[in-house]
Amino acid sequence: MKKTFAIGALLAGGVLSQAAFAVDTVQIDGSSTVFPVSEAMAEEFQSAQKGKIRVTVGVSGTGGGFKKFCRGETDITGASRPISPEELALCKENGVQPIELPVAMDALTVVIHPDNTWAEMLTVDELKTMWEPEAQGKITNWNQIRSDFPDRPLNLYGAGTDSGTYDYFTTAVVGKEHSSRGDFTASEDDNVLVMGVSGDVNALGFFGLAYYEENKDKLDAVAIKWKDNEPVMPSFETAGDSSYQPLTRPLYYYASKASIEEKDYVAKFTQFLLDEENKELVKEVGYVPLSSKVYEAANEVLEKREVGTAYQGAEVGVDVAETLSRTKHY
Amino acid sequence: MQSIADNVGGAISYASLARKNRSKDIAIASLGIFVLFIAIATLLALFIDLAITGYPRLADPEFYTSFPSRKPLQAGILSAWVGTIMVMVVTACLSVPLGVAAGLYLEEYASKNWFTDLIEINVSNLAGVPSIVYGLLALGLFIYTFGMSETVLVAGMVLALLILPIIIVSTRESIRSIPSELREAAYGLGATQWQTMALYIVPAAKPGIITGAIVGLSRAIGETAPIITIGALSFIAFLPESPISSDAPFINFGWLTSPFTVMPIQMFSWLSRPQADFHISAAAAGVVLIVMTLMMNALAIYIRYRARSR
Repeated sequence: MKKTFAIGALLAGGVLSQAAFAVDTVQIDGSSTVFPVSEAMAEEFQSAQKGKIRVTVGVSGTGGGFKKFCRGETDITGASRPISPEELALCKENGVQPIELPVAMDALTVVIHPDNTWAEMLTVDELKTMWEPEAQGKITNWNQIRSDFPDRPLNLYGAGTDSGTYDYFTTAVVGKEHSSRGDFTASEDDNVLVMGVSGDVNALGFFGLAYYEENKDKLDAVAIKWKDNEPVMPSFETAGDSSYQPLTRPLYYYASKASIEEKDYVAKFTQFLLDEENKELVKEVGYVPLSSKVYEAANEVLEKREVGTAYQGAEVGVDVAETLSRTKHY
Repeated sequence: MQSIADNVGGAISYASLARKNRSKDIAIASLGIFVLFIAIATLLALFIDLAITGYPRLADPEFYTSFPSRKPLQAGILSAWVGTIMVMVVTACLSVPLGVAAGLYLEEYASKNWFTDLIEINVSNLAGVPSIVYGLLALGLFIYTFGMSETVLVAGMVLALLILPIIIVSTRESIRSIPSELREAAYGLGATQWQTMALYIVPAAKPGIITGAIVGLSRAIGETAPIITIGALSFIAFLPESPISSDAPFINFGWLTSPFTVMPIQMFSWLSRPQADFHISAAAAGVVLIVMTLMMNALAIYIRYRARSR
C-alpha cells in the first residue's frame, strides 16, 4: 500500500510540472478513406526529416475531422468530400482559414459476383432505379432494372450512411446527397462488403477502387454509362483522366492557413504532400495519383494561400484542375 | 390392507423420485459440461484461428520493434504495445488506490444510512454502464471543459473511471468475506480502528482485492470505444519520452502528456485496409493482445496464490 501511495504522489507531482519538451508535431485527422495516404506521407516525411519533425494521424472520419479542424485542434484534415457550408461556417466562427488541396483520385467501383453474367454494364439511371429512396421494398428483382435481366432477387450492399463514400455515391447516382433506400446491407468496413458480394450471386455493391483491385479474383467490376457517353470500366487510367464519371471523386486535404504561416514544419509537410515526386506513395496505397496539371494548380493554390472552397454544394463529375482555378469562397 | 398397499406404493414412488432426481443431477451436470465445452471451444477456435492467420507476422521479431507502415510486411506494433502498457500503468496507479480506499471507506467507516445506500446502489450500477458512455463523459469533461488534449494521461483517467466501480465492488466483497471474529478479536485486544484495518483486515482481504484490480485492468486493456471517443491516434511513429532519464531527477513525466495509440486501435485500423497482408498483421496483433491479457490474469492468480499460502 505504501508503495502505491508513493507512486500516486509521484504521478501527481509529474502532472503538475508537465515537462515541455515539445518536438515539432504536425497533427492530421479526418477521413478514414484518406488515412492510408496520410500514413504513407507521414512515414516518408518523418524518415526524410530524420525524426526532427513528427506527424500524427487520427481517424475521426470526414465530419469528425472537420469538427476538430475548425476548432483549431489539428493542422490538416483529410476529407472524402468537399467541406460543407455548415462546416465552413464553424471554421469562420473560430477564425480557422482552410486551404483546399486535392490529394488523390478515387473511383467508386460498382461490383458484382463473378458468376453474374448479365450486368456487365449499367447506366447511371439504372443505378438510380436501384438505389433511390422510392425503390425501398419495391425494386427487389434484377428484371425490374432491365427487362432482359433474369428473374433473380436483387441484393444490395453499400457503404455506411455516416461515410463520405455514401454521401458521394448518393449525390452522383440518386442526385441528392445522403438520400437512398434504407433496405440494403450497410457497413463502414469495406472488407465486409467485399465478403458479402463475393458470396452472393445476386449481389451488387459499391466501394473504393482499392478494395476492388485487391479482390479482383472474387469480384467483377461493372462498366458505368453516364448520359450519352460510352460505358467506362473503373481503373487507375479512367480515374486518372477523369473519364470514369460520375463516380470518380477527388480526395482532399484541408490545411489551416494559420498553421502553415506560423509553423514552418506544417508548411514543409504541406509542400511534401503536394510534391509530384511523392505521387508513387499515393499509388502504393491503392489510390489514383493526380495529373501533373492538377499538381501544378494545387501548388499555386497553396502558394497564394487561397482560402476557402471552390464548391457550391455537392457536385459530381467535376474536373479537379478546373475547380482549383475557380475563385474560392469562404 | 388399504394402508399397507398405500405405503408400498409410496415407497415405490419415493424410489422412483430418487431415481428421477439423480437423473436430473446427471442431466444438469452434463448440460454444464456441454456449455463449458462450447465456451472454451469457441475461445480456443478463435485464438487458434488468429494465431494461424497471424503466424507469418508473429514469427517476425521486427513485428514487435517497428512502427506502423504503409508496407504491410514492415508494419509493426511498437507504438501500440508501448502505448497500451503506458496507459495501463496510469490506469492502475489511479484506479487501484482510489478504488481500494473507496471500498474500505464504504465497508468499514461509512455509517449505514440512506445516503450510503444510495452511493452503494450507484456504484453497482456504474459497473454496468457501457464503456462508450465513459468515453463521452471524458470527452465532455476532460477534453472540452478542462481543455486537456488526447494524451496517455487522459486515456488512463478514462479507463480508471471505467474500472473504478469494479475495484470498489470487489474490495467490499473481499472485506465482507473476512470473518467478523477477526475484527472482534483485534478490537478486543484494544486495537484502534486504524490498527485493525491496516494490520488485520487489509492483509486478509488482499488476495480478493488484487484479483478484483487485475480483473478490472484486464477489462480496460481491451477497451477501444472510450479511447477512440477521446480521439486516440491511428498512426504514430514515435515513442513517448522514456520515463527514466540519465540526468537528475532521473524520472520524467513527459510520457504522460504524449500522444499515443493502443493495440485495439491499431488492430482495427489494419482490419479495415484493402490489402490482405494487413489483415495478417491485425490477426497477429490480436494474438499479442490476448497474450497480454492472459499474462495479466496469470499474474493475478500467482499473486493470489502467494498471498494465500503465506
